[in-house]
Amino acid sequence: MRVISVHSFPKLDWIKRFLKLIQVVASAATRGTEQHRIRPSKEAAMRDVKTPVEGDDRLERLAASPMSRRRLFVTGGSAAAVSAFVIACGDDDDDTTTSSSSNGSSADAMSDDSALAQFGKGDLGILNYALTLEYIEAAFYAEVVRSGLFKGANLELIRSFGADEQAHVGALTATVRKLGGKPAPRPKTTFPLDDADSVIDLAATVENLGAAAYLGQAARIENDEVLAAALSIHSVEARHAAALNTLTNQSFVPEGAFAKPADAKTVLDQVQPFLAG
Amino acid sequence: MPQHNQAAPELAAVEFEPLSRGALIAKGVLGAAALYGAAAAGPLVRRAFAQSGSGDIEILNFALTLEYLESAFYDRAIDQVDLSMEVRDFATTIRDDEDAHVTALSETIKGLGGKPVAAPKVEFPFSDEAAFLELAQTLEDTGVSAYNGAGPAIESKELLATAGSIVQVEARHAARVRLARNQPPAPDAFDRALGTKAVLKAVQPFVKS
Repeated sequence: MRVISVHSFPKLDWIKRFLKLIQVVASAATRGTEQHRIRPSKEAAMRDVKTPVEGDDRLERLAASPMSRRRLFVTGGSAAAVSAFVIACGDDDDDTTTSSSSNGSSADAMSDDSALAQFGKGDLGILNYALTLEYIEAAFYAEVVRSGLFKGANLELIRSFGADEQAHVGALTATVRKLGGKPAPRPKTTFPLDDADSVIDLAATVENLGAAAYLGQAARIENDEVLAAALSIHSVEARHAAALNTLTNQSFVPEGAFAKPADAKTVLDQVQPFLAG
Repeated sequence: MPQHNQAAPELAAVEFEPLSRGALIAKGVLGAAALYGAAAAGPLVRRAFAQSGSGDIEILNFALTLEYLESAFYDRAIDQVDLSMEVRDFATTIRDDEDAHVTALSETIKGLGGKPVAAPKVEFPFSDEAAFLELAQTLEDTGVSAYNGAGPAIESKELLATAGSIVQVEARHAARVRLARNQPPAPDAFDRALGTKAVLKAVQPFVKS
């Protein structure tokens, strides 16, 4: 897992964290009780998404705010616990980044921000990034079905996975629109469809990447409804990945008990070969 | 809601339960108490919400309870049921994953100054491989929905990221078990989110104390 490891905080980091805390408290003060509001109902939550302009500008403020509700609660004590969690998770890459846990501007976050910039800001950027990946996946399965390389149970599985990706495209498009954004265009794609074995291998690769891509963005999503939608898609991509891994004689949990996230740049680099012109 | 359904029929299929910390506590403790009576809320509920700490600790303890349950479930199957080599193999992998989740969640709760819940005493109604796999599918699918439901209520983004890395593994377990039963590995395009009350209700039959 690529999470912050904080075995020992340098003094400078504590100072940064203290400054951040002040910033957080100031930010909370100016926004009153907004952060602590309890959603009265599911319907009200839906209204928030549906009418971001007319009724409730909370979404826009969330999108514009560098400080999410979620981050607000991260304080010094929990950073140590998170460190314990990461250690317990057996972090085996020697990434000893010592950025504060309440600090959203680590090097990773920065590079992810620039990779995502082409898709828009904040949640809209993440949604359009996810939409682009879903378009690629849906196009891939559609081509595989047309290729005639599969029949029987495998064809049914591929069809059903393709239908899932198409449903994700629809949901993400609708969500982007509801947030007042413009859905990313469907990219032109090309896939090497030589034989059944290599295609199913590619499907497994793409699904594992897709699951890692969603995992890489989960903690960056500001709006709870968008997060709920992303989570409900993320675990479906994971199911696809595990099934395809099993079919291709790979471990269904290739990264062990804790799945690894992938940042946007890594993901976009890997799907680049499938983008035509 | 109808308008929402028109705007996004696919999303409407997802059961959103945006749980705030307050709502989570209310749903878990007051909800169960109101529904079943305080005394009938059950040892699992009392145990899962024994802590009076912050929201994240409660969510972590809730997750820990589920992971303990899953770990014990696979232990029992591996120790006492005649399993095919294939099933024994992936059941062992899954059991080890659940154990790792137990350790990670316990350590995190301690690190946050909370007290990890004790492992619940459990009992599972299966004696053969088919019954074991059927129940495994239910437990794993429920686990996915439990994490997905709790996700938006998690305040710390680091904890959210870790919960995400766990739920992805639970979803992979669910798919593997489903394949072994010739069930669709991903039955819906969107996994459902379940609130704590629904999750506790689903697992309550297996908890003996």
